[in-house]
Amino acid sequence: MTATLIAWLGPRLLSLSPVDLAIIIIYFVLVLGLGVYFSKFAHTGEEFFMAGRQMTAWIAGLAFISANLGSLEMMGYAAATYQYGIIVGHAYWIAAIPAILFLSLVMLPFYYVCKTHSVPGYLQLRYGEGARSLSALSFAVMTILMSGINMYSMAVIMKVILGWNLHFSIWVSSLTVAVYVMAGGLLAAIFNEVLQFMLIWLGCLVIPVAGLIETGGWNGMVARIQANFPGQDFTHMWRTLGSFSANPMGIHWTGVVFGWGLAISFGYWTTDFLVVQRVMAAKDLRSAQLGTIIGSFFKMMVPLIVIVPGLLALAVLPFKLVPETMATTPGVHTYNEALPLMLARYCGPGLLGLGVTALIAGFMSGMAGNVSAFATVWTYDIYKPLIRKQASDAHYLAMGRWCSLIGVFVSIGTAYLVMDFSSIIVYAQVIFVFFIVPMFGTVILGMLWKRTTPAAGFWGLLAGILVAFLLWLWVKLDPAAVRYVAFSPDAKDMAENIYRAMWSLLANVAVTVGVSLFTTPKPEHELKGLVYGYTSIPSKEHVSFFQRPIVWAAAVAIGFVILNLIFW
Amino acid sequence: MAHTPTISIWFFIGILLTIYGVLILGAGIHSYGSSANATWAMASLHLQIWWGLLLIALGLIYVISFRRKQSGN
Repeated sequence: MTATLIAWLGPRLLSLSPVDLAIIIIYFVLVLGLGVYFSKFAHTGEEFFMAGRQMTAWIAGLAFISANLGSLEMMGYAAATYQYGIIVGHAYWIAAIPAILFLSLVMLPFYYVCKTHSVPGYLQLRYGEGARSLSALSFAVMTILMSGINMYSMAVIMKVILGWNLHFSIWVSSLTVAVYVMAGGLLAAIFNEVLQFMLIWLGCLVIPVAGLIETGGWNGMVARIQANFPGQDFTHMWRTLGSFSANPMGIHWTGVVFGWGLAISFGYWTTDFLVVQRVMAAKDLRSAQLGTIIGSFFKMMVPLIVIVPGLLALAVLPFKLVPETMATTPGVHTYNEALPLMLARYCGPGLLGLGVTALIAGFMSGMAGNVSAFATVWTYDIYKPLIRKQASDAHYLAMGRWCSLIGVFVSIGTAYLVMDFSSIIVYAQVIFVFFIVPMFGTVILGMLWKRTTPAAGFWGLLAGILVAFLLWLWVKLDPAAVRYVAFSPDAKDMAENIYRAMWSLLANVAVTVGVSLFTTPKPEHELKGLVYGYTSIPSKEHVSFFQRPIVWAAAVAIGFVILNLIFW
Repeated sequence: MAHTPTISIWFFIGILLTIYGVLILGAGIHSYGSSANATWAMASLHLQIWWGLLLIALGLIYVISFRRKQSGN
């Protein structure tokens, strides 16, 4: 057995000390123990899929943001920062904060009042089975693909830090996740996300602290980057967005605002059930809204532990990182290894174990989040309405547990797809644009415009998905087509994704509006609790000024503006 | 009626952080005299010691505050 394990091991960046190994093992023991402990509290479908809807604002909020802070986020955006510079930080500010606040103040009341189990569940209530089935199927595919990314990210960490073989890491790590999600359901997933949140911050904060001291602070780091990459601006958020060729991503501010800040961001934060499910598990609407706002505050801070390490890699690494497809020579490191390399650079024994555990935790919760969301959508929005309509709660609970396990196995296969992309975050965006961006147009038009018809809901969603896919295929077959899709031949992968999202949303909205004008809307009495103007939102007049979500949302909005001005 | 966990998640987190703090502090003390030979950058900062103390303090705060479950946690 030992000989087999040793055979799997290859060259490693660092050797872990006994204390590092102890820290990692203690984490695994605790996670599996929590899974077993929480299995005692998942006896019904409501408890397994929705955690009994009893989370406080803090728990729901941290789980909400934590589900978006997996290894994909950490490693992917650090890698993208190395490629494109600080403008990747827009993912945390303009491409997150407005949408999260919009979710909290405008959309959550609808989700909460109609007590749906999922976002596709809302589409069923608003549009009928066609839109629900299409969105549920696309969401199920997406969660499995995303789960594969998390698995691959984990394997990369193991390869860089520990020298483990990629395939070995993928299989070992995914089975651990399968055990605790099968046992504890959403409750185990949420509580592990809160645990992961603490570990991520405490484990990764070492990098900016040590790195900024080494480089002599922010200005020293910027000076080193300019010396290493003369003529390129990696350190301004907005200043280089006046033309496509002035920044490493090849994007214009219109793409950042409308493609990233509107299409991708609102699609992800308001209709991706993986994150929305966390706040829908809150004990009441106000807790859900405050939890979302708490999450947005921490989201604004995440660049410190993700973007800054990417910039530090530009400043201090003595060699250049390359895309995954070019890493054919031993000893050459890829973009995706930026964060683990920085961890290895600054962390001594103990701290290295904590940092590796933080990344493992990020992977575990990212994958568990996808698997638990997949189990919910599969059971409630595909299996129950399309395959077996009448069955006991115990039957659906068993289905949820089994499809958690099956979801893990299917996503193992998808992990191998990631290896063909230059950056894991680019792969993730391709998937988001296919499946999530069109959903936003369908959901928001359904919530705010009573004239939107069931037929329009289905055809609009389908049109958005098809446009996104066909544009991706067009550029794949003819790379020169990027000048039409993203308005510039300089556009890199991420810029192309962002503009494709904009086209997808436009197609979705145009078809939804067009079909609505020529088909019959639902009668008004069927729109109660689903559409603005026909839904009575619970009053907040009895709560004090400082307990009102709008007050804290305003505070977050002010912080958002200030940060953008500082790093303009 | 939903079944509710009887131990707060924050209590578990407190226990974990305290154990981690002790381990990292111990590693920091062990390598204190040999930072000149360290294989990692900025070893002279002795971040393990500072981080270990931080984790112990945070962990104990959580353990003491949440040793008995509070409503909704």
